[in-house]
This record gives sequence, structure tokens and C-alpha cells, in this order.
Amino acid sequence: MTTAAGTPSDRSVLPVTERYTLLGWVRRNLFSDLFNSLLTIVALAFIVFVARLLLRWAFVSAEWAVIPANFNLIMRGQYPAVEAWRLWLVIYLLGTVVGVSWKLISGQFSGAARVLIAIPFALMFVPFFSMGTRLYLLITVVAASTGYLVAGFLPIQRRGRAVAYLILAYLIVMLILLRGVGAEEGPMPPVQPILWGGLLLSLLLAFFGITLSFPLGVLLALGRQSKLPAIRVISVVYIEFIRGVPLISLLFMGQVMLQLFLPDGFPLVDRVLRALVAITLFSAAYTAENVRGGLQSISRGQYEAAQALGLSTFQSTLHIILPQALRAVIPVLVGQFISLFKDTTLVALVGIFDLLGIARTIIANPDWLGTHPEVYAFVAVLFWIFSYSMSYASRRIEQRLGVGER
Amino acid sequence: MKSMRKLNKAGMILSMVIGMIIAACMSPAAGPEVVESDEAAAPAMQEVQSTLSIVQERGKLVCIGNAQLPGFGFLDSEGNFSGFDVDYCRAIAAAIFGDANALEVRPATAKERFTILSSGEGDVIIRNTTWTMSRDTDLGMNFGPTTFYDGQGLMVRKESGVATLQDLQGASVCVVTGTTTELNLADQFAAAGVDYEAVVYEDFDQSFTAYDEGRCDAVTTDKSSLVSRQTTLTVPGDHVIINVTLSKEPLGPAVRHGDDQWFDIVNWVVYSTMLAEEHGITSQNVDSFMDSNDPNIRKLLGLEGDFCAKIGLSNSGCFVDVIKQLGNYAEIYDRNLGPDTVFDLPRGLNSLYTDGGILYAPPIR
Amino acid sequence: MQEIHASQVRPPFYRDERVLGIFSQLLVVLIVVGMGLFFYSNMITGLREKHNVAISFSFLGQAAGFDIGESLIEYSRERTYLRAFVVGLLNTFQVAFLGIIFATALGIVIGVMRLSTNFLVSRIAAFYIDIFRNIPLLVLLIFWAQAVFFKLPRVAEAIILPGPIFLSNRGVAIPWGIPTDSWNSYLIVLGIGVILGAAVAWFLREQGKRTGRMPLITLWFLVTVAAVGLVGWVILPQPMTLDQPFLEGFNTQGGKILSQQFMALLSGLIIYTAAFIAEVVRAGIQSVSKGQREAATSLGLNPAQTLRLIIFPQALRVIIPPLTSQYLNLTKNSSLAIAIGYPDLFAVAGNTILNQTGREIEMFTLIMGTYLSLSLLTSLLMNIYNRRIRLVER
Repeated sequence: MTTAAGTPSDRSVLPVTERYTLLGWVRRNLFSDLFNSLLTIVALAFIVFVARLLLRWAFVSAEWAVIPANFNLIMRGQYPAVEAWRLWLVIYLLGTVVGVSWKLISGQFSGAARVLIAIPFALMFVPFFSMGTRLYLLITVVAASTGYLVAGFLPIQRRGRAVAYLILAYLIVMLILLRGVGAEEGPMPPVQPILWGGLLLSLLLAFFGITLSFPLGVLLALGRQSKLPAIRVISVVYIEFIRGVPLISLLFMGQVMLQLFLPDGFPLVDRVLRALVAITLFSAAYTAENVRGGLQSISRGQYEAAQALGLSTFQSTLHIILPQALRAVIPVLVGQFISLFKDTTLVALVGIFDLLGIARTIIANPDWLGTHPEVYAFVAVLFWIFSYSMSYASRRIEQRLGVGER
Repeated sequence: MKSMRKLNKAGMILSMVIGMIIAACMSPAAGPEVVESDEAAAPAMQEVQSTLSIVQERGKLVCIGNAQLPGFGFLDSEGNFSGFDVDYCRAIAAAIFGDANALEVRPATAKERFTILSSGEGDVIIRNTTWTMSRDTDLGMNFGPTTFYDGQGLMVRKESGVATLQDLQGASVCVVTGTTTELNLADQFAAAGVDYEAVVYEDFDQSFTAYDEGRCDAVTTDKSSLVSRQTTLTVPGDHVIINVTLSKEPLGPAVRHGDDQWFDIVNWVVYSTMLAEEHGITSQNVDSFMDSNDPNIRKLLGLEGDFCAKIGLSNSGCFVDVIKQLGNYAEIYDRNLGPDTVFDLPRGLNSLYTDGGILYAPPIR
Repeated sequence: MQEIHASQVRPPFYRDERVLGIFSQLLVVLIVVGMGLFFYSNMITGLREKHNVAISFSFLGQAAGFDIGESLIEYSRERTYLRAFVVGLLNTFQVAFLGIIFATALGIVIGVMRLSTNFLVSRIAAFYIDIFRNIPLLVLLIFWAQAVFFKLPRVAEAIILPGPIFLSNRGVAIPWGIPTDSWNSYLIVLGIGVILGAAVAWFLREQGKRTGRMPLITLWFLVTVAAVGLVGWVILPQPMTLDQPFLEGFNTQGGKILSQQFMALLSGLIIYTAAFIAEVVRAGIQSVSKGQREAATSLGLNPAQTLRLIIFPQALRVIIPPLTSQYLNLTKNSSLAIAIGYPDLFAVAGNTILNQTGREIEMFTLIMGTYLSLSLLTSLLMNIYNRRIRLVER
């Protein structure tokens, strides 16, 4: 490192002092030659121009009062305020589940774990939050930490499986909490999905869209790879059809025509569920193509070895091929989840109050007319935070586990 | 035909089989679906059922409304729907259940509202909907009494000096798609021989934003909406609604064709608010009329002759509930559009016939 | 599918994969056809009972009755629904075509910037990519249309750039050529130019094959066409006059007006898609191994030659497949025009016509069929191209 003698490069090597000082860095990366210097100056001017424009708008001309005033609407849509405790409970449980899973899977408190625990903590300092909200956020932090600590003492052998069951149980509990049970006057009255809105709905739509489409997508991918012509044709036709049309047309169809295809009185009346059907069917085709990529990445030898061991097609697919293929496509599926999360905004165009849909109603409210830039900028930032942090986290985990490098 | 039915049955069985297979494949994920849909399954598979019994079974009214028209129907910061149209939804709920809150407002865009009604997803449309012959016939609607007499107008900037259609030669006009407004605009400008650029938006809010920002020289919709929206422009005083009416727009509730009992309920709830105003009954003083001797008032308040039963409602004080919870026509109007609101919309045609308007409710007897 | 049923079939057939295969295929086909028929019969009965209508496309011949703001072909409210549909289709084509060209250009620039050795330049590109890949396109489009384009000056105070180009919140008015009588003759001249150019290109190619030094064929082709075009322009009596925009009445008149909706949609699509294309380009260039570059340098090629002859052809092979899907995405994403008021295919057909006629089945069949054929056509063309550059490899 300290000597440059062995470096097979024709470039002259800078003196040590210049290589490791700030000035040296600046010279090498910004002003190495005339062209580079020019580029640096243009880039600097550009950055200053854009930053000034944005900062001036954000801190001088923008009127942000609209965001705190409608914050609940943005977060949970028309979900009744008296039932908001259920949402908080969902979040506490999420914190606990994340804490427990983290301990069981990774076993150490570092990197992403710190970031995860920091999120609710940081949110406590949002200026317009009430003391109650801050307290609830603190409870979330406590719940997550408790989960993490307690999990260390649990005598669990098969940790992966335990986490899978835990997550499954959480999903069921979450849905029961959100949807409610019992009578209208009971302790947990039902809340129709149509009242779920805002960020809550955007996240739920993306999550259930990807989860529900997964089995269908895997079947389609296997179908497309199948040696049996009829099954292959059907899979190919489905996949190419869905991938060939815009999501918005499927959503419109789901809202306007789904009822026509089904017999009278079929219980698919809730239009959020209809949108979910359209999103699931849409997402399945893309999952199928991603999984197919994973299937193709598996070497022939694996199939042959499985066959040589006397496994049937069904057995080898289930025990040998699929586990490897799915493992290989995890990063791609995370990417698909992120793009599906962004695509859920389209439901706003069919009258569903997701994050974007609720933003549109806020602007239509006579008290807040003309606040387009503020509201849309806030929504854009929210979306950005979620999808960027998800893609960042998945990249980190990918690097760590070496998934996708096989 | 017979073979078709067989196939239908076969298809049903097959789809059940595949449904089971899929459910088995994805059992971890299937849980949520089941949880979400089992409640909704209850009212399924009934033969021709009256709208009233569906509504009563459901325990609430589903009213197809607007979420984007301040004064008529919009979502307030608490996430509740309010406005003139929404109040009439509440009035119907009050008449049926005695509770104005037994209501779900299903916000709909201009274009999807009729599809939603005819698919049975909603019970009644009260969403600034114009009564036209083709909607009445082709689309299979029945229109109740007009709650608001309106006409399509044009709003322009004062500084442009526009007074007639001809002045708009070469102008850009903002309009919402999927409405009669869009067709009226094309018809009237073509008839006047005026060239213009139609700037078509999919919703109301965008259309007005575009106009406010100067993307269009004029914006067209019903005059009431123009007034309601004018107050929300950046500088309301800079704009003027020109004295041109492009069309007649009687706005009122619409229901599906073919259920006369339901149609009667909607009709008489609306009439009851007008009759209450006629007799000077308000939500405040309604109790003091309970010992009235006027047979007209006694019938309206359910003290004489069981008129609520005639429209299928067991609640004999159905109109009392409407008046108590929502008030009479004047109260509903003033609460949403009257002098104390930002709109301050003059009643004009929407006054009782006794005050020079054209609201004329048939008598209850 | 077949694997799941395999375990349920009776033992005698258990090991016979062929019987098993046929059986499971039959089952799946039966299920799919059955479901299709079930849905179809529901739909037909539903339509007959509720709406009293049968499926028919004859309404497309009726007068539309509504106006469309912008159209590439002549259209008025007396024209048919079919004509309105075509207007929407052409508008989609226009946006998709221009969007693809500009997004590719911007994407390549940003992708190359991302690999720049200049720290700031590479950071700006990375920032751009990270921002726009993580914001939903619909939010970006609405924000762009309502918070940016609307805030441009009004038409009366339009920014006038040399040209003259009028920039206002109505859109951009630019000078535009109007063909005169001699335009058709000029088109013939241009045709001759293209033929001549092709001949020159063929000649150069043959020569290149002989000598082993490939000249810049595309460049010479363009030079030839341009030269013939120029000669024709001088000889013929003015085949085209320039129509300049000017401000009169409410709007700018004359020239070509690119409306605000069009510009917002186009620039939104470009900005969004360019971020994805930049990543594709970066990955493509990085996929070419360092050895290739070093080998080229040691052969005495200069950096520009290395890029043109060594890096780019190899990168292209990696770039083309994901680029195709980006092009398809852009075309499909143009359907979000509905949210900002540009009359594209989906807005005209799926919104306005559907609304005015109530013909759901027919309109959705048409719309989806059209998008599907567009997609299939694009993938077909790109596959052919992909195959061609792949052949070069071997």
C-alpha cells in the first residue's frame, strides 16, 4: 500500500501526503485535468441552482400547515379515530415481531437493526406530533427492544421455521385487528376495507398484492417451463397478456367489469378488494417471469442429479429446484415489491383513497385549496422514503447473505 | 340453452375445484382473504330482493356521492363526508333507520356512478347528477325530485372582458370528462360557430386548478359548482360567471329502474324537507308542532294516517326523524350553501313556489 | 400444475409420465375453458338481464359528439367514435415515440455520467437515479403537471425565446413548417436521396469488407441524404414555408403548439424512464470486462475508438433486453395521461367514449387488444434486432 513500485499502472503516483489529504482527494476526483475541472464547475453551479430553488421553496414560500392538519387522514384515511388504537397495536406487534425475528435470524445488533429501532425513535421528534403520539412511538421502541431481548432467552431450535410461524401468526392477528370482529357495538367493531386509506392502504395493497400473487406466479413460472404443451401455452398466454396491458386498464376492468363476470350476489362488493384482485392478477405475471429467471439459473446437473436419485418430477421440483430458484430470486422479488408499492398509487384513479387518493381529496377540501405542491411533495417524499429504504435494506441484506451471487 | 346451463354448472364446479387447489397451495396467504370476505357473503344468492330489504339487512344505506365538490359533497379533515348532497343521503338513512349516520358514502367519479348503481353496489346516486332523458331511459335510471335547479355556465376572468359565447373565439375551455357538460359544451360552441380548445380533465379539482393557474380562459360546469368553486380560487374577485346558460341542469337523486317502493321512499324523503319548510317546521321547533291541529302538518309528522307505512317503512315518524336530524330544505341549504358559508349562494330558482322559486312538493294525503 | 395432481392420480399410472402429462394437461385445459365459459355465460346473462344489451361494435360508427383538445388528424364532434379512438391511438404513438427517443438519450447521458471519474458528476447522476426510481410515476406526473407546469407564466406574459418560441403554462408554441404546392415533388427528391444514400452505404460497406477498415457508414449515408435534400430545397420553389407563432386573442396562433398536458406527460415519462435506462446503460457498460478496454488500448485504439468499436457493441448486447422492457413500460405508462388530461388512447377510449356509450366489454376489448398488439410488436422488433446483434458475436 505504501509503495507504488509494484503497481502495474502507467499513471504517475502521487506523493503519500497528497494521496491521503482532502486536497489530494479533491484534486484527483474533481480537478484532474482541464475537462474534469470544467465539469466540476458546471456541476457545482447546477447543484447550487437546484438546491437554492428547492430550499427557497421549502422554507420560504411553501405553506406546510396542510400536512399536520391532515396528518391522520394521510396516515390512515377514513379509518375511524376511535379505533385508531388497533392500528397502534398493529404497530407495537410489528415492532415486537421485528425485534424477535432479528434476534433469531441475525443474532447481533448492528447496521440495519439500529436503523430500524431508530425510525420510531426519530419520529418522536416530529414537531407537530402530539404527546400521545410520541408516547405511542416510545412504546413501539420498547416493544421492539423487549422482543429482541426476550428472544435471546427462548429455547428455540429451528429458528427459521419459528420466525416463519411468528410472521404468519402476526399477519392473521393484524388482519383481525384491522378488520375487527363481532357486533357494531362490541369492543372491536368491524371496519370495512373501504375505510382503510392513506399510507396504511398503500402498504397493505402492495403487501397483499405480492403475497397473494406469489403462489400463482410460481405455478405460472413452472407452467411456462413445463414440457407439456397445453400447460405451457396457457401460462405463456396469461403472462404475456398481463404484461402487455397497462395496470390502469386492469384496475378499471376490475372496478367496472368484475361484477359482470361473476354470478349475481357474489360477495366481491368491496372495491378495495376488487382493486386487490386486479393488482394480484397483474403482479402474478411479473412474479412468474422473475421466478422463471431463477428456474433458468439452476444448472442442468441439479435436475439430472435429482432424477438419478430416483425423485419424481414433482419431488425434485418441490425439494431440489424450487428452493434454490426462489432463493436466487429473492432480491428481484424485493424489487418487484417496491415497484408494486409504487404502482398501487394507480388505485387513486379508480376512486380509492390510498396515499395519493387521499392527497387528492385534501386538495379538494375548501380549507386547503391550492396546496398542490406541498401535499404532492409530501406524498412523494413519503413514497421515496419507503421505497428507497426498502431497496437499500435489501441491497445490504443481499450483500451480507450473499444471496443472488450463486 | 340447456347445454349452456350445464356448462355453467360444470364451470362452477371446476372453478371451485381450482379454487380449492389454489387455496391449498397458498394456505399461509389464504387466511386474510377469508377473513375479509366472509362477512360480505351473508346477503348473497337471493332471488329478486327489494332494495329496501337489502338496505335494512345491511343495516345501512350506501349512497353514491361526490368527494370533490365543496358544498355538495366532499371529505372534511376528520374524514367524514359532508355537503348538500350528502345531507340528502343522510336524510334517507334517517327515514329508514331513524339514524342519519346509518350511511356509507361511496364516492364515485362522474363516469362510474351509473355503473356502480346498476351493479347494485350502491342504493341511490346523490351526486350532482343531471336528469336527462337518455339517462332516464337508456341507462335505466329513475330520477327523484330535483333537489337543486341548476344550469351549465361559464366562468371567465374579468379582465378578459368576455360577455358572450362569441367572445370566446380561440379560447381554451376546461371541462370534466364523462359528463353531459362535455357534450353541451361541444354542441353549444358548434352552434355558435366558435372555435375553441377543449381541455378535458378526468376530475373536477384538476379542471379548476387548471383554470385558476391560467391554463384555460374559461371553465364550464353547473353554475352552482362554479359559484362554490369561485370562492376557492386564488383571487375570487377576479372571476365572473357570464350570463350564458348552456343547458338546463336539474340535479337530483337517481335510483335503479324497476323498484317502485324504493323510488317512492327517495321521492318522499326529499318532498318532506320541502313540505317542512313550507309549514315552517325546523329541526329546532319540530317538537312544538306535535300538538298541531293542521291536518297537513299532522300527516307529515306521522300523527295522522300511517304514511310512512305506505312507502314500506315501519318507523311511523320517518319524516320527523328527517326533520329532527337534518332539518327542512332551507336548513339543509343554508348549512351547506347559505349566507353563513363561504359560498353564499342565493336560493334563486331553488326557493319555494311561495317565494318565487319552483320548489313545489305534492301534498301528503 | 401437473406436479400437484401427479400425487393424486391412481398408482398404475403413477410412473408413466406420458399418461400423467396428457391427463394433467386435459385437466388444466378443462379447468381454464370451464372458468372462461363460466365467466362468459355470467357476463352474457348479466348484460341481457340488467342492461338489455348485446355485444356489438356497431356503435363505433355513430357520431361521437365530444371534442378532443389535440389531434394529429382532422377531427370534430361530428366524426365517429372510431375516429376518436384513432385520434387517441395516434396521440399515444406520438408520446411513446418521442418519449422513447428522448428517454434513451437522457438515460445514456446519465448512465455515462454515473460512471464518470469526476466525483460530483457521478454523484449528481446517482442522486438523480435514486430519486426518480423511488417515486411513483403517477405522483411524479401529477406533481409535474400541477406544481411545475402550471406555475409557468400565463400565456399573455409568455416567455419568448428566440425562434420565436412561446413558453407559457398553456404549453410551448414553436415555429413549424407548412408544406407548399411543391412539397410533394420535394418528397420525391428526398426519396431519391435516401436511395442514393443507401447505395453509398452499400458501396462503403463492401469496400470496408475488402480493406478491413470500416468507414463511418451511417455518417456518410446521412451526409448523402442531406446533400440531396439541400440541392432539392434550392432547386424547387420553396417546398415549405415557416409558420411562426404569435400572440393573438386568448392563445398563441400559428406555428405548432405542444400543449401543457402533452409536455407534462412527455417530460414526466422521460425523466422517470431515463432513471431506469441510466441504470441499464451503466450495468451494460460495466459488464464489459476491463481486459477488453486494456486490450483495445494496447492495440493502439484511442479512447473514442475503444468506446465505439469495443465497449459499445459488447455493452449493447447486455443493454438491449432490459431496454426493450423499459420501452414497453414507457408505452404502457403513457396510459397515465388520464390523470393529467392528455387525450391518449386510454383517456379517450377508456374514459370518454366508455362514458358516453356505456359499452364496457367492447371498449375494454379494443383497448387491451391495442395495447397488447403494441407490446407484442415492440418485443418482436426488438427481438429481431437482438438476434441480429447476437449473430455478430459468433
